[in-house]
Amino acid sequence: MNQLIQIENLKLSFKGNPVLKGITLNVNKGENLVVIGKSGGGKSVMIQCIVGLLTPDEGSVKVFDKEVSNLNEEELKNLRIRIGFLFQQAALYDSMTIRENLSFPLTRVLRIKNQKEITRRSEEALDAVGLSDAMNKMPSDLSGGQRKRMGIARTLIVNPEIILYDEPTTGLDTITSKEISQLILDVRDQYKSTAIIITHDMSCAKITADRIVVLNEGKLIAAGSYGALNNAENPFISSFFKY
Amino acid sequence: MKKNNRGFTNKILEEFGDQSLFFMSFLRNTFKSNFEWNELIRQCYLTGVKSLNIVILTGFVLGFVITLQFQPTLNFFGASGYVPNMVAVSIVREISPVIISLICAGKISSGIAAELGSMKVTEQIAAMDVSGANPNQYLVVTRIIACTIMVPILVLFADICAFLGGYFGMNISGNMTGTLYFNKTFETLVFSDLFPALAKTIFFGFIIGFQGCYKGFHANMGTESVGKAANAAVVAASVWIIIADALAVQLTSIFIYNQ
Repeated sequence: MNQLIQIENLKLSFKGNPVLKGITLNVNKGENLVVIGKSGGGKSVMIQCIVGLLTPDEGSVKVFDKEVSNLNEEELKNLRIRIGFLFQQAALYDSMTIRENLSFPLTRVLRIKNQKEITRRSEEALDAVGLSDAMNKMPSDLSGGQRKRMGIARTLIVNPEIILYDEPTTGLDTITSKEISQLILDVRDQYKSTAIIITHDMSCAKITADRIVVLNEGKLIAAGSYGALNNAENPFISSFFKY
Repeated sequence: MKKNNRGFTNKILEEFGDQSLFFMSFLRNTFKSNFEWNELIRQCYLTGVKSLNIVILTGFVLGFVITLQFQPTLNFFGASGYVPNMVAVSIVREISPVIISLICAGKISSGIAAELGSMKVTEQIAAMDVSGANPNQYLVVTRIIACTIMVPILVLFADICAFLGGYFGMNISGNMTGTLYFNKTFETLVFSDLFPALAKTIFFGFIIGFQGCYKGFHANMGTESVGKAANAAVVAASVWIIIADALAVQLTSIFIYNQ
């Protein structure tokens, strides 16, 4: 199975307002696919369809060869265990410490009871994102960049095969943004994961992308490498690269 | 005008349908395996122990004030000795369950709605969902059951504090020993006073937890909606408590007092 995600003619409307207008897209195993496009263009909606948070009006979304909209509750849960999702603001559980944030998916999803195993995996995930000393802190004690790192650590802790990053560098300074972009690459190398990265940050796209797709008004208008799209003549596409 | 009425009716029906679905989801998740016992205990502590101060104060003041209100009238008829009996019955049957539940609706229901609403706005609930965890089981079931357990216990605490308040009230202008006061209080109370009152507070507790969770879970994606959810939870819980109380009084009259 080389294509982990297969999207075909995906259409979705909100209150009669079409957001996705027939997207067809495949994501290969081990690939970092970057999705760029204007705000409100349907990028986040597309990845929410991949994890079954939204149900398409038409078309098909297959993940690991399974049609997401046909899965029952238990099957969807099992699928989601194999997919990591990093939200724009990291979505850390702010009433829990970092330790509890990390142990939450282990105890509630993987049903691991062994405390030593939980601690080992938590430490490993924090090490992977360079936050080894944050274990007993609260999310509110972390900076914006640290929260993103922590969000990635919580995603990694269940060893997902696919990771979906929703604007991982939004709101970060240039240096931290580059660190997060590099971390996304390191995660792919270390965990052999496949990723979809939604971003407006072209330096992030340049660092992380194997392939870039451009979404405009719910339609996929171009796909290619960073270099190829950088030289595109379409004014909409080239506007992203003049940063 | 007609269009407005239809819109309002649709809204009510939609809300009713949504609440029914939420209730079904609550039931389904309550009986699923891997029940969140630790979280339930934590929620019992947060809803029960953390509400104790306001419940004790309210209960005491209720007993105190009602005694002061009853005393002059009963004195006029030469029946001031019956003040403890009247206070006990009115507190246990009606005043304490309703007033304490309304206080809890204000404190607990709004707290739950605000907490879950802000979790929704900051995508924490979605994060739980996409991680494969069950936010309904972890967040909703535990909170609703905690309220259902703790509100009746809080009402019992309030009853006891109201008796104490009544005793103090009685001794401001009158003179009655503690033994006599509490003897009169407890000789009046029978099982048929206590049981319906406790039974209805179980429903009131459920309403408080349910409305808090429902409104919080259905907050829109904006910080303003957190405040709105908290507000809506208090209003909905209070209205449902009053409606449920009216029903409970009718049922009690028919089945327990045979009137």
